[in-house]
Amino acid sequence: MFESIVFYAFGLILLVSALCVITARNPVHAALFLVLAFFTASAIWLLLRAEFLAITLVLVYVGAVMVLFLFVVMMLDINLERLREGFWRNLPAALVVGGLMAFEMVSVLAYRVYGMPRPNDQPLSYSNTKELGRLLYTDYVYAFEIAAVILLVAIIAAIALTLRRRKDARGQDPSQQARVRREDRVRLVTMPSEKDA
Amino acid sequence: MLEALLAYAEFKLGPTWGPAAYELVTDLVFIIAIVVPLMLSVAYLTLWERKLIGWMQIRLGPNVTTFFGIRWLGGLAQPVADGIKLLFKEVILPANANKFLFILAPIAMLIPALAAWAVIPFAPDVVLADINAGLLYVMALTSMGVYGVIIAGWASNSKYAFLGAMRSAAQMVSYELAMGFALVVVLMVSGSLNLSDIVAGQGKGRFAEIGLGVLSWNWLPLAPMLVVYFVSGVAETNRAPFDVVEGESEIVAGHMVEYSGMTFALFFLAEYMNMILIATLTVVMFFGGWLAPIDSALTNAIPPALWLLGKIFLTVSLFLWFRATFPRYRYDQIMRLGWKVFIPLTLVWIVVIGAWMQTPWSLWR
Repeated sequence: MFESIVFYAFGLILLVSALCVITARNPVHAALFLVLAFFTASAIWLLLRAEFLAITLVLVYVGAVMVLFLFVVMMLDINLERLREGFWRNLPAALVVGGLMAFEMVSVLAYRVYGMPRPNDQPLSYSNTKELGRLLYTDYVYAFEIAAVILLVAIIAAIALTLRRRKDARGQDPSQQARVRREDRVRLVTMPSEKDA
Repeated sequence: MLEALLAYAEFKLGPTWGPAAYELVTDLVFIIAIVVPLMLSVAYLTLWERKLIGWMQIRLGPNVTTFFGIRWLGGLAQPVADGIKLLFKEVILPANANKFLFILAPIAMLIPALAAWAVIPFAPDVVLADINAGLLYVMALTSMGVYGVIIAGWASNSKYAFLGAMRSAAQMVSYELAMGFALVVVLMVSGSLNLSDIVAGQGKGRFAEIGLGVLSWNWLPLAPMLVVYFVSGVAETNRAPFDVVEGESEIVAGHMVEYSGMTFALFFLAEYMNMILIATLTVVMFFGGWLAPIDSALTNAIPPALWLLGKIFLTVSLFLWFRATFPRYRYDQIMRLGWKVFIPLTLVWIVVIGAWMQTPWSLWR
């Protein structure tokens, strides 16, 4: 009873904030609504007793990804008129893509709608994190490592694509800075403080 | 007495709502018992900071403001005076600021700093929420503190504030990684994400058996991680020498430049609260939390919570010592330290500790 009230409250917040993400005029507001949506989704996962996934969602998406997202969005110079230009032209394609995505999600979840199993009541000492860790590092270790390698390749590719050395770029070499000696920088000159008359 | 209260609640409200109401009331009382002393310690931390830095620079620090004109209490009323001053100052909303986000920013900064205290164990079995994923919870909440700064910088509609926000976003995200990896090492040796278990685990080991618990705590075998964690903590809270976010010689006060009165006071409160939080986490992860350093009649007579408070006090004072000692880092040096020194160091140390744990000389079994 209490749990369903909480669930519907979170569900409502999630839907409204997700709607606001696509309707908000200001992109910074949209990004902040996305943060709220992530946060609420993580609260719903907590209700499902998936504490590891819930906290990781906050840690990774809210704590890191969305911060960088905001970082970029805040620096954009956005012209609302130009953004709205293509709305009607792009609408049919957007509807097709959106409809397909909705259909896929429903078909994945539909068979459970009528008999969604409630999570088992586990004893208080049950650690979701430990179980997930055990599964990931034993049964699914190859999948896990392949995913890790793909991510590594993606990181290196992203760096390689954007790393362009300009000829006139000036940089500092910290090790060279640390190796500086007094003799290179200071020259002591002895001179009499007064001229002989 | 607590059982009597529970029985009374069940009698009045019935078997379903009675225990729920009892839980609610006891939890609220516990929350107040954490938050009120925390606010007071923030107030007096500001005084301690000014006093300590004053002594380090051969000055006196605040020594005039006093209660009821009693001379030897000189200085002790300073936080109260500061608080009253901030409370009565006008909150100025800049004309072109985004009003809602402008007000939201200091609140968004304060809430995670407060909420993280829910899982901190103060003594054996004295913890508000004894959850299994406590460490993850703390990491998730400390990673959210950056929103207050970013939103403040953007909503102020000011160049200085915006520059401060940009600097802080990059800095805090970078140092979170090193902090997280340092905590992974702690997690590996404790085998638990529960903060109470992490503290209790530090009380076992070869040295603890002969009564020298202080040598069994994580700070000794994980010394490099302690340094990485604490220095990253200083960067994460935007304290000197990593306070380029509000470097007054370049960008006035950074994200706080447009704030005044109580809105500014909330930022201030959140900063000091975060300092105490990082110090507490350092104590819990590396300095044995509530454990007494040696096993003797005298040290065991002191309650565990006092040991924890004493350790937190010393660790928080380190923040102030840093501020009095080091000049501000240059921005590229901050980034270099985070990405090119700390992250590789922690990654290597994870492998080293992992290998160590597989050898017969492992300290953690």
